[in-house]
Amino acid sequence: MKRRLWPVQLALLAAIFAAWQVLTQPGLVPPFVWENPDRAAFFFGEPVKMFQAIWAWFADGTIYRHLWVTLEETVLAFLIGSLAGLAMGLWLGLSPAASALLDPYITAMNAMPRVVLAPIFMVWFGLGIWSKVALGVTLVFFIVFFNVYQGVKEVSPVVLNNAVMLGANRKHLLRYVYLPSATSWLFSSLHTSVGMAFVGAVVGEYLGSASGVGYLIQQAEGAFDINTVFAGILVLTAFALVLDFAVGRAERRLLQWRPGQGETEQL
Amino acid sequence: MTSAVSFENITCTFASRAGGPSYTAVKDVTLSVEEGEFVSVVGPTGCGKSTLLNVAAGLMRPSSGVLRVFGEPLAGVNRRAGYMFQAEGLMPWRSALANVTAGLEFRGVAGGEARRRGEEWLARVGLAGFGDRFPHQLSGGMRKRVALAQMLILDPPILLMDEPFSALDVQTRSLMENELLELWSANRKSVVFITHDLEEAISLSDRVIVLSAGPATHPIGDFPIALPRPRDVAEIRLAPDFIALHDRIWRSMKEEVLKGYAQTRNRVAG
Repeated sequence: MKRRLWPVQLALLAAIFAAWQVLTQPGLVPPFVWENPDRAAFFFGEPVKMFQAIWAWFADGTIYRHLWVTLEETVLAFLIGSLAGLAMGLWLGLSPAASALLDPYITAMNAMPRVVLAPIFMVWFGLGIWSKVALGVTLVFFIVFFNVYQGVKEVSPVVLNNAVMLGANRKHLLRYVYLPSATSWLFSSLHTSVGMAFVGAVVGEYLGSASGVGYLIQQAEGAFDINTVFAGILVLTAFALVLDFAVGRAERRLLQWRPGQGETEQL
Repeated sequence: MTSAVSFENITCTFASRAGGPSYTAVKDVTLSVEEGEFVSVVGPTGCGKSTLLNVAAGLMRPSSGVLRVFGEPLAGVNRRAGYMFQAEGLMPWRSALANVTAGLEFRGVAGGEARRRGEEWLARVGLAGFGDRFPHQLSGGMRKRVALAQMLILDPPILLMDEPFSALDVQTRSLMENELLELWSANRKSVVFITHDLEEAISLSDRVIVLSAGPATHPIGDFPIALPRPRDVAEIRLAPDFIALHDRIWRSMKEEVLKGYAQTRNRVAG
């Protein structure tokens, strides 16, 4: 039953694009919303032309450079944001004094809409990849930070006492108990944090850059080329799906010690 | 001869968080465990048995009194004791083998050597070939075996056990009790075994100490168990001597158990 689902899903996708094409192609059906038969295509684009645009990008290879830039920004934002969040989460989780002192600042910074920082990062880091990485880092950091903080707080006291009785000192506890517990929480937020790194990269590109898929979309929008805008969105969506799939694979490898839902393999 | 562990007038009082009256869990406890002796401590639920064990482990400092380990007053964590907890103490992100060797790693034993000894101990507790499993992939009884190996691999002269088998089913439990006795008799250590099960206490121990109901728990009875060893915990329960002992100890406990039960009920009702 479950295996047979994907042909239906594919057919549904094809049907959506077919309907889209029929409703927007000038002169195919009599106009019923706008007087002008070209209006629908102007606002919503035509799938056939979108796929032509995508085909052209891949045929002449221009897209690869942009995809690579977006990927680079996403990966860098994810790595830097995760490491910073991990370090900060461990520190505040283990030091109640620091945590009490910084609590209002963390809350305020997390509540602030991070996108408004984009212009500042543009001034600080220029139009290259680093301003996009910085934006992604501010998004990833808080997700990882809160997860790691929670992970440190929720280490079982019995596991902790057991390690102490086995002879662990403070350094051992950090390395063998707190860090594994915290990273397991980090990995379980992998989908969200990689997604956020991606959002940071694309939004950053859209707001000002010279390359990346966000830049392509922004350029097409400037020329009122709705088909290319949609083509860019489709490429981004496919890219995000591939990224999500890769994260899922990594997650399964890294969290194999955790019981899956309902599949506690017992003997 | 110096005792392995001796409690001298130990009192533990907990300050209540809301600023209300403080709670004295353990009051003026004096008892000692000799070298190589297996001592069980029984008492009604919630009487502060675990508090005593935490004091012996050095995880909790008593409000007053002294705890001596081989004659020396204990400061900090008791490095000569192994502790088996009632709840799960295994690290869920480490395989069974890595859990067993954790203590060796903390002591700086080289990886290959630690692995070899870990495999050896896994085999000794009947888990050969299960080294690469994670705790969630093992049954409750197997996890207890891993915890036992984890403690015994460090060869501590004192074993502190806090109702280690209370979560197991009856069959697995008597199996584990026999294995514990076998491992213990091979290399006699001083054991403080906490339980609320009198039969378990008698069948395992050289001596059974009965505690009063809380608050202000203190020992009210000390019974030597002169049953022959080696014992089989399932068979010995049928011996006439065992039944006589059980009868005697139970009569001294009964009142305290009822008291403890009434208190728990009042606490729940209030």
